[in-house]
Amino acid sequence: MEERKDELQTKGKEKKIKYSIIVPTYNERLNIALIIYLIFKHLRDVEFEVIVVDDGSPDGTQDIVKQLQQVYGEDRILLRARPRKLGLGTAYYHGLKHATGDFVVIMDADLSHHPKYLPSFIRKQKETGANIVTGTRYVKNGGVHGWNLMRKLTSRGANVLAQTLLWPGVSDLTGSFRLYERSVLEDLVTSCVSKGYVFQMEMIVRATRKGYHVEEVPITFVDRVFGSSKLGGSEIVEYLKGLVYLLFTT
Amino acid sequence: MKHIFKITSVLAAISAIWIGLLQTSLLPPNYTWLLPIYLVVALGCYGLFMVGIGLMFFPTCPQEAVLLQQDIVEAKEFLSKNGVDVASD
Repeated sequence: MEERKDELQTKGKEKKIKYSIIVPTYNERLNIALIIYLIFKHLRDVEFEVIVVDDGSPDGTQDIVKQLQQVYGEDRILLRARPRKLGLGTAYYHGLKHATGDFVVIMDADLSHHPKYLPSFIRKQKETGANIVTGTRYVKNGGVHGWNLMRKLTSRGANVLAQTLLWPGVSDLTGSFRLYERSVLEDLVTSCVSKGYVFQMEMIVRATRKGYHVEEVPITFVDRVFGSSKLGGSEIVEYLKGLVYLLFTT
Repeated sequence: MKHIFKITSVLAAISAIWIGLLQTSLLPPNYTWLLPIYLVVALGCYGLFMVGIGLMFFPTCPQEAVLLQQDIVEAKEFLSKNGVDVASD
């Protein structure tokens, strides 16, 4: 592990470190265009590629991505579509197969994750040599917009429960804006089986247990689609099941 | 070690201390018998307290929503100039 890290760092001095940004999409026609514009705006002196993993959106997301390829170049934006909705975990795996970067960033396409934070993820990784940098909403300079009291309450309750039971070592378990060293993500994505929110939690808990170095940076989270983040009873049950699953398997 | 074993060992250690206290009668036995209940209540209070603190100081960012709207306008302008179809639908 240590040797590999040194090797990466010395390699970084000769050759520029490359980042692959994986964005899974489903019906994000407008948002994917906006997010790609913002990525290119905020990552000026960085070598990177954007990998859009589209799950057969019927709204023409893929047409927009092709238009964006004309503007930014087909080598900078890769469209790696799948025939239908196949879930988040496999979307990362699928994107990862095509990634050529040394590091992989994963972010949501709905603009709740703003690309302006990408430089701080990269800076944090360079400063600390971390294997994973995860965005956290629950610290100073981070935050959430667009949640009602009920949503905040469930979120805090879920977090306290997970912190007490799992001792995960990170403050935001269910956030999905993260930067991974590529080999680390390859390792994690094959050992995580959960779905939805629990998948994000499983990834970061397994990472801590495997002894990977995890660092945090503050991010803000703007929930624009009202109601999308409503947590129903079934989500809460899934979350509790996920907690128990992680208690017994990690 | 699976995490459940860590938690179980913490619980076992606490039980051992409790049984020790019962055996040695350092405290009056009728107090000692109630200690586990106090522990559960204390844990519940800790949980509620942490959720309360978390809610009181929940970080929010209304200014970010405004900034995002500005970014969206800027992005749409650039993209439509460059032949990307971003007309709202």
